[in-house]
Amino acid sequence: MRVGDPDVASPEAAGAEETSPRDLMRRFLQGDLASLRVILAIAVIWIIFDVQNERFLSAANLTNLFLQITAVGLIAIGVVMVLLIGEIDLSVGAVSGLAAAVMAVLNVKQGWDPALAIAVGVLAGASIGLLQGLLFTRFRIPSFVVTLAGLLTWQGALLLVLGKTGTVNLSNSGITDLANTFYGPAVGWIFAAIAIAVFALVTLGGHRKRLAAGVTTEPTPLLLARIVAVAVVVIVAVAILNSDRGLPLALLILLAFVISFQLLTTRTVFGRHLFAVGGNAEAARRAGIGVDKIRVIAFVLCSSMAAVGGILAASRLLAVNQSSGGSNLLLEAIAAPVIAGTSLFGGRGSVWSALLGATVIGSISNGMNLLALESSVKFMITGGVLLAAVIIDAVARSRRQAEGRV
Amino acid sequence: MSDPILSARGLSKRFGPVQALDGVDLEVRAGEVLALVGDNGAGKSTLVKSISGIHDVDSGEFVFEGSPATIRGPASATELGIATVYQDLALCDNLDVVANLFLGQEETVGGVGSVRALDEIDMEQRSHELLEQLSVTIPSVRSEVGTLSGGQRQQVAVARSLLGEPKVVMLDEPTAALGVVQTKQVLDLIRRLRERNLGVVVISHNLADVFAVADRIFVLRLGRRSGIYETSDTTEEQVVGAITGATADTAEQERQL
Repeated sequence: MRVGDPDVASPEAAGAEETSPRDLMRRFLQGDLASLRVILAIAVIWIIFDVQNERFLSAANLTNLFLQITAVGLIAIGVVMVLLIGEIDLSVGAVSGLAAAVMAVLNVKQGWDPALAIAVGVLAGASIGLLQGLLFTRFRIPSFVVTLAGLLTWQGALLLVLGKTGTVNLSNSGITDLANTFYGPAVGWIFAAIAIAVFALVTLGGHRKRLAAGVTTEPTPLLLARIVAVAVVVIVAVAILNSDRGLPLALLILLAFVISFQLLTTRTVFGRHLFAVGGNAEAARRAGIGVDKIRVIAFVLCSSMAAVGGILAASRLLAVNQSSGGSNLLLEAIAAPVIAGTSLFGGRGSVWSALLGATVIGSISNGMNLLALESSVKFMITGGVLLAAVIIDAVARSRRQAEGRV
Repeated sequence: MSDPILSARGLSKRFGPVQALDGVDLEVRAGEVLALVGDNGAGKSTLVKSISGIHDVDSGEFVFEGSPATIRGPASATELGIATVYQDLALCDNLDVVANLFLGQEETVGGVGSVRALDEIDMEQRSHELLEQLSVTIPSVRSEVGTLSGGQRQQVAVARSLLGEPKVVMLDEPTAALGVVQTKQVLDLIRRLRERNLGVVVISHNLADVFAVADRIFVLRLGRRSGIYETSDTTEEQVVGAITGATADTAEQERQL
C-alpha cells in the first residue's frame, strides 16, 4: 500500500505548495494501487486455477463464482462498518442464518407474503445489531466478547426457530427468484451502458466542478484511465455472463449495496464520523460527535447486512437448515475486507474492499472445489491466505507508526 | 489599554482535599497574548479547564464582553466564543486536513440527519482561505493529518479552533515537544491570532517561548496568582522567582498595573 512513502515523509520540504505531484502519486498509490494490487492477485489466482483446470475461466463457472460470492460479499459490507470503527462482529454468520430462518418460517410455515417475510428477517438482523451495539456501548464490554456471546446465542435461536425438522425448504418464487433470476443479453447490455455512462458522468462532472472551484482534484488522465478500466470490466463481465445464463439479479443486488454503502461511507456526514470514530474516538467525542450513537448504528448496519446476506444465501440454497450461516461464512466475511485493505485496527478501509476480498476468497474456494482438493488442503490454504492478509495489514500499520502516522 | 473580553474573578476549585484554584482573578484582552505559567500542579490546567467549561468552578464569576456570563460545560464556553486547543490536539490522523478542520461541523448539501452529503468543495475552499489567512504551511489540505509534522498538526488544531469564530483562544502547551523551526511556526501563528484581535491565552513551561510571544505573563503558584507582569519590563529571573515563590509580591505588581 505504501510503496513511495519514504520521500513523502518530509512535508516540511514540500512547503506551501499546493497539491504536489508527489502527493497525488501518494494518493494514487494508497487508493487505486491498493485496489489494483488485489485485482492483480485475483488475476493471478484465476490464471493459476485455469492452468490447472480449463473449466475455471468458463462462462458457466465464472457465473457460479459471482453467485457464490454474493452472500459473503453482502455480509462483508456490513463487517466493513464495524471494522471502520475498530471493532469486530463475530456474530454475522449466526445472524445471517437466524434472519434467513425467521424469513423462511414466516413464509413457509406461517404463509406470510415473501416481501413481508424478508423485511421481518432483515428487521430481526437490525434488532440484533441494536442489542449488541447497546451492550457494547453501555457496558463497555469488548465487541469481541459481546458478539462471541451473540454467535452462540443466535445459533441456538436458529435451531429453535427451525424447530424439530431442522430444515425449511423454500419454494415461494418471491424468495427463490432473488438468487435464481437471470436477465437476458439485451438487459445485460443496457445495464452495462447505463452503468458506464453514470460512472463516467459522475466522475467527470465532479472533476469539472472541482476544477471550476479551484480545489484539488485528481489528474484528468488518471480519471480517464479509471473510467476506461471500469468500462472494460463491466463490458467483459456482461459478455461472459451473457454467454452463460445471463446477468444474475443477485449480482445486481450485491452491486447496489456496495455502491450505496460506498456512497454512505465516503460522501456523507455519517461516513465521515464513522472514520473519525475509528481513527481517534476521543477526538471525535471532543468534536461533538455522538461516538456511541455512531457505534450502535455501525453494529445495526452490520447485522442488517448479515441478514440480507443470509437471505440471499437461503434463496440460492432453496432452503434454510441447521448449518445455515455456519462453517466458513463468518471467517470469510471478516477476511474478505481485510484481504483487500480494510484495517482490523479501525479508521482505514472501504466498502469496495468487501467486494474485492469476497472475489479473492470466492475464487480460491471455487478453484479448489473445481480441482477436487481434499478438505484438509482446502482448510490449510484458506487459513494461509487469511494469515497472509492479516500480516499485510499489521505490517502496513507498523510502517505507518514508524512514520509517525497511526 | 483595551477593555478585557473575558474577566474571571475569584475562581476557586477544590478537588477533595486539594485547593486547585484559590480565588484567582484573570483578565484576557483582545489583541493580546497572555501567557499562563507556573510549576507543575500550580493549577494552570485547572484554570484553563474552568474557563473552557470542562470543570465547573466552586465559586467565582465570569464577565464576557462586559456582561456577566455563566460557564457550565464545554458547550456554553464555545457558545460564548471561547475555544481551547488541548495539548493532545485531538486530531484524527486517518483523516485529511479538511476533514479534521470541519470534524463535527461539516458543510453539507441536502439530505437528512447524518445522511447528508458532504460539501467537499466548499469545505476545501474555506480550509484554504483559513490556512492562508493564518499563513499555515502544509503540503496540501488533502494531506492526511498523520503525515504532518508536529508543528503542522499544532497549526491545524489551532486553525480548527478558529472555525467557530471565537473571541478567546486558549492554547495548552502549544510548543511542547516541537523542534526549533516548528516552534517558530507555532509562535508566528500565535502572533497572527493576536493580529486578528483575538484574546489569546497560552499555557507554557518554556519561558523563552513565553517571552518571545506574550504581552503579559500571569504566574500561578499553588492555586493563587503569584504575579502578573508586562513582558516588556520583566526579566526571566522575576518570573522564575514568582513561579518558585521566591518573589511572590503580588500586591506590589498589582499596584504597578
